[in-house]
Parts: sequence; structure tokens; C-alpha cells
Amino acid sequence: MRATVLVRPKEGILDPQGQAVESSLRQLGFPVDDARVGRVIDLEIDAKDADAARAEVELMCERLLANPLIESYEIDVGDDA
Amino acid sequence: MSEIRPRVGVVVFPGSNDDRDAAWSLTALGAEVKMVWYADAELPAVDAVVLPGGFSYGDYLRAGAIARFAPAMRAVADFAVGGGLVLGICNGFQVLCEAGLLPGALRPNTSLSFVCRDLRVRVERADTPFTARCEQGQLLTIPVKHGDGCWFATPELLSEVEENDQIVLRYAEGGNPNGSVADVAGVVNADGNVMGLMPHPEHAVDPLLGSGDGALVLASFIDAARDRTLAHA
Repeated sequence: MRATVLVRPKEGILDPQGQAVESSLRQLGFPVDDARVGRVIDLEIDAKDADAARAEVELMCERLLANPLIESYEIDVGDDA
Repeated sequence: MSEIRPRVGVVVFPGSNDDRDAAWSLTALGAEVKMVWYADAELPAVDAVVLPGGFSYGDYLRAGAIARFAPAMRAVADFAVGGGLVLGICNGFQVLCEAGLLPGALRPNTSLSFVCRDLRVRVERADTPFTARCEQGQLLTIPVKHGDGCWFATPELLSEVEENDQIVLRYAEGGNPNGSVADVAGVVNADGNVMGLMPHPEHAVDPLLGSGDGALVLASFIDAARDRTLAHA
């Protein structure tokens, strides 16, 4: 089963990469007020159903994929993920 | 007693690159160094452990995030929880934060630039096993070289760390190279036996190389390790 994890710097955490992207976009003339840069992790996992897959990916996020002090995450599970 | 050479393990991860510098400096300052391969699940008989600088696992995902799960790190975590002395330098500091053995997290430098230069850090506490040879308030010249050295803590975590007096080193005023919260350059855990710092004391053990101030940190650490050797003898 496919699962996608979206990891973001938490709200309020300074994101220098996002700031650099924002200023580049502004220089190109785009009306950007804020940019934040996160990370996407696509997974192909063995799980009996979507709930089981989600529970498994939740554990992956807690243990490795995100650092809960500085990052938040979202999980999308299913073949259209 | 100074002839007793305490045994210090230096963990080698894939991507460590200051492991040999650490080993050289520790040996020069009186330790007997044992290199510890990351895949070994047990530590040899050592009195203290150093996690060296470098780019373990290519800094993939987050600096230190993958090294944290290396077999040797589980042994280091047990050693630390049991009161063992552990010093993490640069990448080693990142690994210790990711492992939850030290508070906070290390984020990309706010400048987004890799910084590599000598700078001054102030000793906030001279009563730790890592700084006993320093004086409170002393300014040490030690180089940094990192891209992800911005120590971060939430306001709640920072007040906890400050209340517990866990900040051991801060960048001298106006000299913060990475945007770290409260100018933090090095912290200890609440029990005082685990320390991490971004500057590289192992690169500053001889005035010929620019500064000998790093030797104060490493020699303090070796003294503390020696005390433990004697306690076990």
C-alpha cells in the first residue's frame, strides 16, 4: 500500500530555507508573503488495510521521520496517496 | 596518578570525519582510545565515550537522526543512562539530541551558510566533568564548522534548561555563528554526565593550530574519566 508523509517545520519555528525561497520568489515578482519548506516521503508498505497502514506510518513518524520538537507531520494513505 | 590512562571510546559512524582527530587529541592528552565501530552492539570496557564530528549517514533526513539507531548508539544510550560520561562534538551533539539524551534539536544555521572559523565561547559552568579545568566566565577560542548548528528549544524547554543550569557554553556576545536560541553552544543533561557542543575542542589542542583552549575541555573530560577508572579499580 502507498503512503505519503508530509513533514513540515512546526508553526513558529524559524525556517531559513523557507525565507530564502520567499525572498527569491519576491525577487521574481511573485506576491509571496510567506514560504515554508518541508519534506515529502513516499512509502510503499505491507499492511492489511488503510487503518493498519496509517498506524504503522504514525509510528515511523514518531520514531524517525519527524522530530516532534521541531516538526509536524501529515499522513496520507491509500492508492491515490 | 596522572600516568593512569583512562579508556575512552570514540564511536565511528559511516560519515564520521573527526573521529581520528578526536582520537589523536584524546591520546595526546592522556587517554587510551578505543575506536568503536557503529555496528557493534556492545561497547568495549571504557570509562567514557566520545561521539565525534562529521556527517553520519550523510546527514540524511536530519543530522543525527539515523545514527541514533545504530547498534553502537543503543549501547551508548545504556551507558549514558547508567551514568557513563558521554561527550558529543558537533555531529555527536546532533546525535545526542536526536536520541533524546540531550535537550533541544539542531536546525540549519539561520544564515543557511556553512560556517568554518575560530570563535569565542564563554564558559557558563566550570563545575561539570567537561569544564572543570576552565574558569567560570572564561572565554575559549575553539573552531566551529557546521551547517546545522542552530540549537533550538521551545520557550518552555529553554526555561527548564536554564533553571536546571544545563547551559555550559555560550557563544561570546555578538559572535553567534548559527542563530542558536540563547546563544547556546553546549549543554549538559540534567544529571550532568552527558554533554554536547557544536565547537570542536579536538581541533584546538595546540597553539600551533591556532588555539590550545579545546584541550581544557578534553582534559577535564579525561580527568573525570580517570576518576571513574580509579573508582572501579
